Amino acid sequence: MTAIIENKTGGPGLTPAPRPGARLTGRRRPAEAIIKMALRLAAVLTVVTTVGILVALLIPSLSFFAEVPVWDFLFGTRWAPRFADASFGVVPLITATLWTTVIALLVAVPFGLGAAIFLAEFARPRTRKALKPLLEILAGVPTVVYGFFALQFVQGTVLRDWLQLDTGAFSVLAAGLVMGVMIIPTIASISEDAMSAVPSAMRQGSAALGANRMQTTLRVVFPAALSGVVAAIVLGVSRAIGETMIVAIAAGSQARLVADPLEQGQTMTGFIANAALGDSRVGSLEYNTLFAVGLLLFLITLLMNFLSIRIVGRYREAY
Amino acid sequence: MTTSTTRISAPLARGIHGDRKPGPLLFLILLWLSLLIAFGVLATLLVTILVEGWGKLTPQLLTNYPSASPDTAGARPAVLGSAWVIVTTAVLTLPLGIAAAIHLEEFADKKRWFNRLIELNVQNLAAVPAIIYGLLALGFLTLLQVQNKNIVIGGAVALSLLILPVIIIATREGLRAVPREIRDASLALGATQWQTVWRQVLPASVPSIATGSILALSRALGEAAPLLVLGALVYITFDPNGLMSGYTTLPIQIFNWTGRPQEGFHELAAATSVLLLGVLLLMNALAIFIRNKFQKRW
Repeated sequence: MTAIIENKTGGPGLTPAPRPGARLTGRRRPAEAIIKMALRLAAVLTVVTTVGILVALLIPSLSFFAEVPVWDFLFGTRWAPRFADASFGVVPLITATLWTTVIALLVAVPFGLGAAIFLAEFARPRTRKALKPLLEILAGVPTVVYGFFALQFVQGTVLRDWLQLDTGAFSVLAAGLVMGVMIIPTIASISEDAMSAVPSAMRQGSAALGANRMQTTLRVVFPAALSGVVAAIVLGVSRAIGETMIVAIAAGSQARLVADPLEQGQTMTGFIANAALGDSRVGSLEYNTLFAVGLLLFLITLLMNFLSIRIVGRYREAY
Repeated sequence: MTTSTTRISAPLARGIHGDRKPGPLLFLILLWLSLLIAFGVLATLLVTILVEGWGKLTPQLLTNYPSASPDTAGARPAVLGSAWVIVTTAVLTLPLGIAAAIHLEEFADKKRWFNRLIELNVQNLAAVPAIIYGLLALGFLTLLQVQNKNIVIGGAVALSLLILPVIIIATREGLRAVPREIRDASLALGATQWQTVWRQVLPASVPSIATGSILALSRALGEAAPLLVLGALVYITFDPNGLMSGYTTLPIQIFNWTGRPQEGFHELAAATSVLLLGVLLLMNALAIFIRNKFQKRW
């Protein structure tokens, strides 16, 4: 215990340079050492969570892959875990996930970037102050409410009644469109931060050379903030892949290869949500399937997140 | 506009010259349009759920239990279940999140690899899909040999872990906003590092910590995916009354009613959405109020 106390007295950067003869440490305070240990434990808990996620996903996944070869799982094109002749090819789930993600990005990237550019470069402080809380509200709408909106209004009213499209009760298009709106605030706020961080000297230099604000924005500010913008998009992709409730409600629950956005389809998250509703016995193949798909989902989003963090890290070093 | 570019006009002085040319004008219109579409969808969404749910926004929604008939069904257990889960989540996650943030911001040596790993890890955890936290809690409860996984504490643990990184990040930003001089002055007067944190830094950052915590809890309140995995979609006709009690929550109730074929249940789902959004808006307003009213500008 004493070793810890001595080790921890005076933290990083805050300890003044010790002078000879001066007793800077004061008396020992065991209570403080305990508090510091508790604080540290709380921080370590976050790492424990990550390890816990990995372990919780890996153990059932390993029993799953003992029965189903990894190759069949990753490249099989038929997903029918509950059928008598069960088949565990995850490709149908991936096609549905790809469709919803791509549609969501087609909505979120242009509109999110447009909103970010407007807020960072064109809006007056007062307009900006009024608009940002509205974006925060858009970000705060529960995904289950977005799901209800996607199913009832976008799919039922807009796509079927107004546009007379040939589509059933569900479609990956409706889910993707609404998911895109959900991701707009994510992309807008991170890219706006990136663009606001571009030094104003660069804007002034551009204006001094005779550029108007559009030219300055597109040729000076946007390229300078590009890595932040890319990081925002990557994070948006990660959110789109992991989003559950919208697709569980509006995309349908038939796992099949999706070739047309008006078809229904089951995404990876949609499968986990749906399969969890059925009461599968712990340790059964059906139960383990949940975790195998969860592991795949976790690894994909992990990759995306680290990509995003690295890109931002690089961007921060630029100035 | 093009004729007056030789003189130093007001737009030139304000740095907005040339904005009325067709190209830049179109660009500006497109920017406006992207914001308009975002807010247009938000408005449409609000109108949709208000119109559809208006007829069911009665006291009955709060007092009645779910039922097979949409005319008599209510969301009373879901309201109480949400309250139980959120309060438990707050109790579990606030002390942990704030403690971890204090460690990372005030005590941890940022040059050590382990602390850098923790920071990277927190950033990553903040972006892990919500449903994965449900699987984590499911695996954990299975490990503890818990048979019935529909218990308040199980859902609260999943939601706590979900918003823990959000609270840590918000708290760290609040702590970082307290200027270095405050710490130096306190240390110079002989306070220890912990006394400095406890008596100076923490009180000064309470408003931003409160704001971040309320926003994080409102996210947890609207979250359904992890609870779905933990079996919260159940037909409950009693009031949840403890940590080990069965429960369902408002988002789960909305999900349940949305999936029914009868139109009456869709109206109930819309009405419950209005209720949930109302609570969330109140929480957001409270957070913004605290931020504007109490936050110190150094």
